[in-house]
Formats: sequence, structure tokens, C-alpha cells
Amino acid sequence: MSDLMLGSGAEAMAPPGREAWRMFFRNKAAVAGLFLLLGVILMTFLGPYVYDEDPKDIVARPLKGPGTEDVPGLGTDYLGRDVLAGVVNGGLTSLRVAAIAAALIVMIGVTIGAVSGFYGGVIDNALMRFTEVFQVLPALLFAMVVVALFGPSPWKVSIAIGLVLWPQLARLTRAEFLRLKNMEFVKAAQAIGSSDLRIIMRVILPNALPPLIVATTLVMGGAILLEAGLAFLGLGDANEVSWGLMIGQNRTNFITSWWTVTFPGLAIFVTVLSFSLIGDGLQDAFNPKLRGR
Amino acid sequence: MKRFAIRILWSIGLVLAVIFLNFSLIHLAPGDPATVIAGESGAGDPAVIDQIRADYGLDRSFVAQLASYVVRVAQGDLGDSFFFNQSVVSLIWARLWPTILLVATALIFAIVVGVLVGIFTARRPESRLSHSATILALAGYSMPVFWTGLMLVILFASVFKVLPISGMRDVQFDGGLLASWVDIGKHLILPAFTLGFLFLAQYSRLARASMLEVLQSDFVRTARSKGLSERVVVYKHALRNAVIPVVTVAGLQFGTMLSGAILVETVFNWPGLGRLAFDAVLRRDAPVLLGVLLVSTLLVIVVNLLTDVVYRIIDPRIRVGGAAA
Repeated sequence: MSDLMLGSGAEAMAPPGREAWRMFFRNKAAVAGLFLLLGVILMTFLGPYVYDEDPKDIVARPLKGPGTEDVPGLGTDYLGRDVLAGVVNGGLTSLRVAAIAAALIVMIGVTIGAVSGFYGGVIDNALMRFTEVFQVLPALLFAMVVVALFGPSPWKVSIAIGLVLWPQLARLTRAEFLRLKNMEFVKAAQAIGSSDLRIIMRVILPNALPPLIVATTLVMGGAILLEAGLAFLGLGDANEVSWGLMIGQNRTNFITSWWTVTFPGLAIFVTVLSFSLIGDGLQDAFNPKLRGR
Repeated sequence: MKRFAIRILWSIGLVLAVIFLNFSLIHLAPGDPATVIAGESGAGDPAVIDQIRADYGLDRSFVAQLASYVVRVAQGDLGDSFFFNQSVVSLIWARLWPTILLVATALIFAIVVGVLVGIFTARRPESRLSHSATILALAGYSMPVFWTGLMLVILFASVFKVLPISGMRDVQFDGGLLASWVDIGKHLILPAFTLGFLFLAQYSRLARASMLEVLQSDFVRTARSKGLSERVVVYKHALRNAVIPVVTVAGLQFGTMLSGAILVETVFNWPGLGRLAFDAVLRRDAPVLLGVLLVSTLLVIVVNLLTDVVYRIIDPRIRVGGAAA
């Protein structure tokens, strides 16, 4: 690490400039993550047209492995459905749930964190106590209870995931606001009489964005894992095709029919890994001081 | 000391808040609360529904119901499971120890190996091993833990038939106390490894980061300039500081670990709380599910308190100048 990179803590998180993007694209792992994500998105949105098989159709005898005659590329599951068609079509559920959940997480987390950090004092104390209640709940278990009691529609699953993952983002936003709110440019905005709302939204938030973008990328991966876990446990919508559900449904025969669980799991892994790699690359690019940690 | 007393008081407040959340969930759920509590197995029986109405005072006001619910929970009454035909508390009590055994083993494995890997890679930050450890860390975090488990089961069921892949004891087991511990230990290896692997990666990254920082600090330079051997500098002076963030994060992430345990127990048929929660979901057994949620949350709160204590023991700065934190 060269001395140039050792800025003071305050200026370490500069807004993402051209330099940051250049650093991001020089990072092999991050670019690999970007390509993986692109691949997953292409497979999800174009795959069903290229490989035009209905994942719910019974196409051959059940539990036939890849390479068997008259059996689709990745074999068939316990009902005789095409595993490859399931893998191609299963991503949409995961990505949709993750996107809705992430939107919810950002909305709740940033609002609570920003208000908490900006106003401080009693408000901060109360909001952080409230956050702590959601932080001690084991995420998957709480999501299981919510889905079991309220039903497994994709919206409810997204809400359940959003409810358990927002505290991380709230804490991060609060920390950024605490750090930024006493800086000169904020004082300047206050001096010319800007409203609190304007200062929070237009002055502080843009400067707090880099770490929030990183956290949101990583939280997307977490949301996909949580959705997959719920579906695996039988708490997804049974009418949708999803990777987690495929693994859960084939659990009785998986030892002899390894292909029924291996490929959907690989798809989850690659999707989450792409988000992790991108998040990690963004972190390095936005904050060179933390490089390689 | 006073700070600690406040923490304990706040922990009790947290427990109350979680009880309130539990109670609100039952009432917010669609349908009659009595049928929600009765679950699939109890809802068909009008006698059961009437019994629940009387027990929970469901004809009274929300506040009165809440009060009686809190009192019942405080007395250790979490209701009854209509499917298992047992009180929720006795069900949970029987399943609590296997889960603690699993999680504790996984935690120790992840922390010890994670810190060792972290130290190794911090001392040679540009080595090939160090880079692969970083990649492995991201991969470990990105794997769905239930899938890692299933892959290991396939591997150990068909290729290396040396370890049991399901349950906690051998069905045909017949032996003394020591042998029965060995038997449980064998069953423990795969689930604990699966769960620990998920966190091992993160802990090694954390340990590496703090080790890199500590190795550049003044006191390490002083220790080196005194002529102490590198081994003493790393393992006696620096290690202590590298462990602090790992212990903190491990404590804070205990809830995540319990979440992982649910999936791992389901995969390996480990008879713990997670497996119980899974069975409860299958039967729509709300009292059991809510009971597991409450007890798990209690565990998280207790572990957070313990982390605070351990933290103070490892880091004298916090013990002496508590005001700094």
C-alpha cells in the first residue's frame, strides 16, 4: 500500500469519480462478478426464449441423469420435469424477490439511519433501540414465521426478507450521517438556511452514497440466499419455479439423483457470488484505504 | 459495572419487545387468532378452539390479552403444540442442546481456523495463498449453506463412506457413555463443518484485516525493536488484537448462525431447534414456531451479553476506560 492511499479517515470515502470506476474495472475479480451477473440476467430474461421448454411439463421418466438417452441436458427431477428448464426459468423468482426486498431495505434502512444520525439525541436513541429489536431476531426464523402466518406470495416473501435485513443498512447510514453532518459543506448549507429535509437528501445523502451502494449490493446477495433458504424449507410459492424450491422438492432422492439439486444450487451460488464480487470491487474502488481487506 | 447493569436491563427490555412482536404477529395474521394458534392439527376441533379462546382470553381487549400473554410467557408457558401433543416448552427444551452443541462447535471451528488463516495471509499479503484465501472467503459466503450440506452428503454417501450423514446418533447404537459421545461426535462433524465453513471465510478476512493493521502499529514495532522473536510478536502481542473484531462479529452474527443452523439441521436431520421449526412449518404449528423464534432470540440476546463480557476480558482498554466505548 503506497503512502498516497493513506488519506485521513474523513476523505477516504470520496464520491465515486472516474478514478473509482477505473479502479473497479481494473479489478479482475470485480469484472468477473460483473460478467457473471450479466450471464445470470441474460439467462433469466433471454434463456426462456432460447431454451423454450416449460419447466412444469413432464418430459421424460423421472430421475434420469444427464446423458441418458431421450433425456434433456441436465436430466429430469422426481416428477420427470426438465432440470435445465427449471434452472433457466428459476432465476426470475429469486431476482424479483431480491430486487423488491432490496428496495424495501434501502427505504427503511436509509430513512431510519438518516433521521437517527442527523438529529441525534433522544430520536437517535429511540430509533437505534428499535433497530436493535430487529437485529436480535434470527433472520431466517423470523422470515419463516412471517411467511408461515401470512402466506407465501412473492410479495410477502420480499416483505419478510426486507423486514429482517434493513438494520444493517440503517446502522451504516447512521454512521455516515454522524461522520458527515459536522463537515463544513453541511454547516454552509445550514448557514444559508436550507431545510433539514434538503440537507439530508441533497447535501449529506449524496456524499454518503458510496458505502451505501456497496452495502446494497451485498444485501442483494443476502436476500437471494434468504429467499432460496425459505423456498428450500417449503416456504416459497409452490406455483412458481425457483431454484430453492427445486432443491427442496428433490430432497428425498438427491443422493442418487445428484443432478436434481446440484445445478439449481450452482445457479444460486453463481448469482450470489456475482453480487459479492461486485460489492467487494466497489468497496475497493470507493475506498482504496481498505484495499485487500 | 453500572454500564453493564444498564445493558442487562436493556436486554430484558429487548425480550419484552420481542414478546410483543410475537404477539402482534398472531393478531396481524389473517384469520381468527384462535385458529392461527391451533394450527392445522388443532383447527378442526371446536373444543380445541374454545379452549384456546378461554386460555388466551381472546374475547378481551388487545391490551388485556397482551398482558396475560406476557405473564404466561414469563411463567415459562409458551402454549401447547397440537401436532406433537406436548407443551412447547418441553419440546424446545429437548431440542435446545443439540442446537447449542452444533452451533458452538461450528463457531469454535470457524473462529480458530479463521484466525489462523487470517494470521498466515496477513504475514504474506501478496502470496498466492493469500489471494486464494480472499476468493475462497467470498465463495464461502456466497454458497447457500443447505446446498453445501447436500453436496457434502452426496460426497460422503457415495464416495467416502466414512462419516454418518444423518441424525445425531446411530440407530443401532449400543454402548457405554464414552462410546455414545464418540458416536455423537462422528455425527457432528459434517453438519458443524458445513455451518462453520460459511463463517470461516468471513472470520479469516476479518482477522487478516485487523492483523495487517496491528502489525503496522507502534507497539508491534516496539516489540520487534526490543529484539523479541517474530513468533512472540505475532502470537503474543498482535494475536490478541486480531481476535477482538472476530469475537465481536461472531457475537453479533450469532443470529445469522442460528438461521444457518435451521437449514443445516434440516439437511442433516440433526434433532435441534431448526429441525423443530421446519417440522412446525410443515404442520402450520404456530405455537411451536413462535416458541422457537422467542427462545432463539433469547439465545442471541444472551450471547450478545456474553460477547460483551469476553470483549472486556480480551481488551483491557474497554475494561478500564469503559467511557471510551
